[in-house]
Amino acid sequence: MERELRVSKIKDGTVIDHIDAGRALHVLRILGLTGAEGLTIAVVMNVPSQKLGKKDIVKVEGVALEEEQVSKIALIAPSATINIIKDYAVVEKVKVQVPALIEGLLKCANPNCITNQPREPVKSRFKVSSVRPLKLVCEYCGTELNQDDAIRQLTGGAA
Amino acid sequence: MRGKDVLTITGFSRDELERVFDEADIMLSALDKGGSLRILEGYVMATAFFEPSTRTKLSFQTAMLRLGGSYIDLPPEEASSRAKGENLADTIRMLDSYADVIVIRHRVEGAARFAAEIAVHPVINGGDGTRDHPTQAMIDLYTVRKALGKIDGLTYGVLGDLKYGRAARSFILGLSLFKPKKVYLISPPQLACRLDTLQLLEEKGVVYEETSSLAGVISELDVLYVTRIQRERFPDPTEYEKVRGSYKVSMEALKGAKERLVVLHPLPRVDELAFDLDNTRHAWYFTQAAFGVPVRMALLKLILKG
Repeated sequence: MERELRVSKIKDGTVIDHIDAGRALHVLRILGLTGAEGLTIAVVMNVPSQKLGKKDIVKVEGVALEEEQVSKIALIAPSATINIIKDYAVVEKVKVQVPALIEGLLKCANPNCITNQPREPVKSRFKVSSVRPLKLVCEYCGTELNQDDAIRQLTGGAA
Repeated sequence: MRGKDVLTITGFSRDELERVFDEADIMLSALDKGGSLRILEGYVMATAFFEPSTRTKLSFQTAMLRLGGSYIDLPPEEASSRAKGENLADTIRMLDSYADVIVIRHRVEGAARFAAEIAVHPVINGGDGTRDHPTQAMIDLYTVRKALGKIDGLTYGVLGDLKYGRAARSFILGLSLFKPKKVYLISPPQLACRLDTLQLLEEKGVVYEETSSLAGVISELDVLYVTRIQRERFPDPTEYEKVRGSYKVSMEALKGAKERLVVLHPLPRVDELAFDLDNTRHAWYFTQAAFGVPVRMALLKLILKG
């Protein structure tokens, strides 16, 4: 008998595949899902992957991602693919892209940066200087953020 | 260069800097002949200094007057609308509608870049936070060129507060646009250069060495750039007390130095530069301060008229 874990297909929803191993729960946090919503959610962690060695997968029934959520996922799982499922079939498959500039998603860690001043109409803006390991540089003050900083900020928890 | 914002020294190419320096030579000889020029007649410069300044503000204002232009100056906080809580963005919009160029100094990092994004007219960074002071670096490099006839091929020592000092950082970054023989970064360990500055030196292929001892390298130096250990940059005053005075440059400290060693300092000095140097051939810092006017004249002319 095959001793393998099987996760059943979803009818309509989203499958996020090729998530860096161990980051599936961060992805759920970005999606704002706790399980209490009553949606069918499958989380698969640390399974073998040709591309990544090991990977995580998240399947969510009945949820379509917003653009901002995709940008955030790209920052913590730059190899992720997003599959949109309709009637058990993949109707669209998108590989996330880390944009060259990240605007308004993250807060600069420098309290003396213009983007952290109250009452100034300015959004944070980071240049992506490296994707793996993630390295972001504030366009205003030069402060660097790394992968852990991004995870902490995007998920509100420990990296 | 017309219409260009002056935000960081590395926002300039070597060619552009040399153009500023050539123009500064012309301004300097015009100043020597006396009288005022009329190159920027009818132009208005706004100076918006949210932090204290003596040389930067006055030399910009003098430069504008010497070029036949005029200036408006943002009053101190208590006498302006900022006391009523006006933000930087609105202040810049107002100045942009009154003047042809804005010079800003601000304690907040990135303030000059933010101002440049708002303003239609060019913005010149007169110093922001702990990072950039591009026009000071231009003056410093120009002084080296005047004193030694070149910037390439020389051995530099940059001493003092390399972590929080924006003048030192901008000078170091400015050197990366040229081909120095070697740059010694001399500081107590807690004030050493930040990683991003060192990375940039490496990217540009600048040979540098970090050291905490001036005595060990003094005999090699052609230029020694001394900076103030700035009290206001220390989050912890006891840290300031520990390093204060530990890097004092005096005639004694310059024993074994080259005959033509050029000592620079962006000024003001506290106790890091002894008065006994003032009347020696090494003392270029007052000339350096004086060059603030022709260099800023050159920059204003190139930005406003090309």
